[in-house]
Amino acid sequence: MHKHIITALVNNHSGVLTRVSGLFARRGYNIDSLAVCNTEDENYSRMTIVSQGDDMTIKQVIKQLDKLVDVIKVNELNADGAVSRELALIKIKVSPKERPEIETTCRVYKAKIIDLSPESVVAELTGDPEKIDGFLKIVKPYGIIEMVRTGLNALERGENSINDLTDYNDTI
Amino acid sequence: MKQKGAKIIVDCLIEQGVEYVFGYPGGQIIDTFDELYKARDKITQILTSHEQGASHAADGYARVTGKVGVVIATSGPGATNIVTGIANAYMDSVPMVAITGNVPVSLLGRDSFQEVDIAGITIPITKHNYIVKDVTKLADTIREAFMIAKSGRPGPVLIDVPKDVQQKECEYTPKKPEEYVPKFDATQPSVDDAVKIIAEAKKPLLYVGGGCIISNASKALTEFAEHIDAPVASSLMGLGAIDANHRLYLGMIGMHGHAGVAKALKECDAVIAIGARFSDRVAGDRTKFARHAKIVHIDIDNAEIDKNVVSTAHVMGDVKLSLEYLKSKLKKAKNAEWVNACRGYINEFPLKRCGTNLCIRKVVEKVNELSPADGIIATDVGQHQMWTAQSYKFALPRTFLTSGGLGTMGYGLGASIGAALASKKRVVLFTGDGSFHMNLNELATAVKLNLPITIFLVNNNTLGMVRQWQTLFYQKHYSSTTLNLPTDYMKLAEAFGAKGFILDKDADIDATVKKALSCDGTVLVECRINTDEYVLPMVPPGKTTDDMITDLDK
Repeated sequence: MHKHIITALVNNHSGVLTRVSGLFARRGYNIDSLAVCNTEDENYSRMTIVSQGDDMTIKQVIKQLDKLVDVIKVNELNADGAVSRELALIKIKVSPKERPEIETTCRVYKAKIIDLSPESVVAELTGDPEKIDGFLKIVKPYGIIEMVRTGLNALERGENSINDLTDYNDTI
Repeated sequence: MKQKGAKIIVDCLIEQGVEYVFGYPGGQIIDTFDELYKARDKITQILTSHEQGASHAADGYARVTGKVGVVIATSGPGATNIVTGIANAYMDSVPMVAITGNVPVSLLGRDSFQEVDIAGITIPITKHNYIVKDVTKLADTIREAFMIAKSGRPGPVLIDVPKDVQQKECEYTPKKPEEYVPKFDATQPSVDDAVKIIAEAKKPLLYVGGGCIISNASKALTEFAEHIDAPVASSLMGLGAIDANHRLYLGMIGMHGHAGVAKALKECDAVIAIGARFSDRVAGDRTKFARHAKIVHIDIDNAEIDKNVVSTAHVMGDVKLSLEYLKSKLKKAKNAEWVNACRGYINEFPLKRCGTNLCIRKVVEKVNELSPADGIIATDVGQHQMWTAQSYKFALPRTFLTSGGLGTMGYGLGASIGAALASKKRVVLFTGDGSFHMNLNELATAVKLNLPITIFLVNNNTLGMVRQWQTLFYQKHYSSTTLNLPTDYMKLAEAFGAKGFILDKDADIDATVKKALSCDGTVLVECRINTDEYVLPMVPPGKTTDDMITDLDK
């Protein structure tokens, strides 16, 4: 069991997310994170799904996803062959006298402080999930008021695009 | 020309060559039925007693013809009533288009009267589904739905059409239906390995499934089996793909498969699975299925490869084209010794006779003897289904209609109606007292349409298959399985307008079966058998053929 990154080009209309997430739930596959957004083509959305499972299971997940009419292309991204990033917004409880410490921590992690109030800051942080986990560990003692993470987004390195993938459905 | 959405639906059905729609009207689909009324010289509406029956009839029609079956229902309960029929078609890969009405778009999401999110409900049991909120997209959606339903691995597609979309007008241009022509990719990486394994196999065994029937591969399959001289075992869904009287045909594989097939499976050195999916009813313990043998898996559905049983090599694509390709790459083989050994295994384990007064296998055999090779046999689900599957020698594809994947009790009568309309010939239904009571309302439909359907109702006064499990695995706790229904089947037949006969002893089989197959219209034959009869052999669930029960007296 380890983490796999699945990337998919899907139709951009309502219900597609339900189909994809429902498939995971129904067949008992895990989702660690799922990020979905528009693409350069308004007809399509792009999904990045992080899932746990053995290699056989992930292969099966991808084949099942490929059967969905709304899934145009789907593939697994090799962690070394892909760039991946996650964005987090973290609202930390910080009194005015603790603020310099937090500013130092943010500098080390290349986090930006994007909101300030007398008793809190909101830090914005981009990176791989491990970096965000590390930052959270450091700031946790101050008190995390609330936070959001986008989940992982990833693209293959180099000039290839998901559009170049062959589709089994076109071969039958 | 501008026309109403409802007329677009009907015109698209005509485009697709639809002869029958099975369905039931209601408030939110009334516009479409109005257009069906106007087009009644082109499309025949079959009104069933219940939407579920309509969905099974569309399924039966599709299995017999290979064409897309169409079911139409209204919103809410009409839509939910076809859910079982859709799931049934999904599990058995039956091409079907289901059209449902829904409340007008402005009322969607407000828990309006008879509103249900049928598209949401049917996501897991359809190949794809739609809710059409824009009338300009309606025609192309219907065309796409038909293409999805019949292409690749077929399956059901649902189109939900809100009432106002049926009423709105837009431009409609007729289009010829797109034909699905399967392709085969000979460059796929694993195909050479598959050829090599088959060529090197000394004791090959074919395991054929429903995919062989769906892809009309019977001829290619028979030639392939003869070419490599391999014995053939069939799953429940594959029965009829190869003539059961063929010298290479062994029998059924699986939970209630032939003990001789189980032995052949143990002895073989290569299993070639063709259009089959290693379901738990075939590979009870999927981790131990034919472990000693190499496995070649041929299937059009990429996701079936290595889903249940991991194959040594696989060929992806249409079964017929795959078999033709493989045959062209293989030398003609001769495995006389192995084939004879398999024949010997089959003879070693004759099917156990049953019944003290009436043996239902003998009834099945008599029907077999008196029916033409292309006679259609339908079943419901339970012991009678397995007895029929084991004892009837299916000679041709598309002659056996049974709920294989979902195991839907109550499937048979609806399916028989669709099959009788499709084939315009007599259909024989084997059912049980449990299954029959689930959807006996469709007897009214069969009689009203004067359909030639002969129903052999195997009455053991119990839910026999569940009782069998209770006997074997649940310390004879017959919880809710004893039926002992006071139903008088002769009066019931008469009340519905069908003919009724009772069959309760072997001596009457010949005369009664002859009579039941030769009179006009719908016939109900109550076959009274003992309560404790068993379907044997049996591989207990989750086990391997090593644990097969062949005799309960031992």
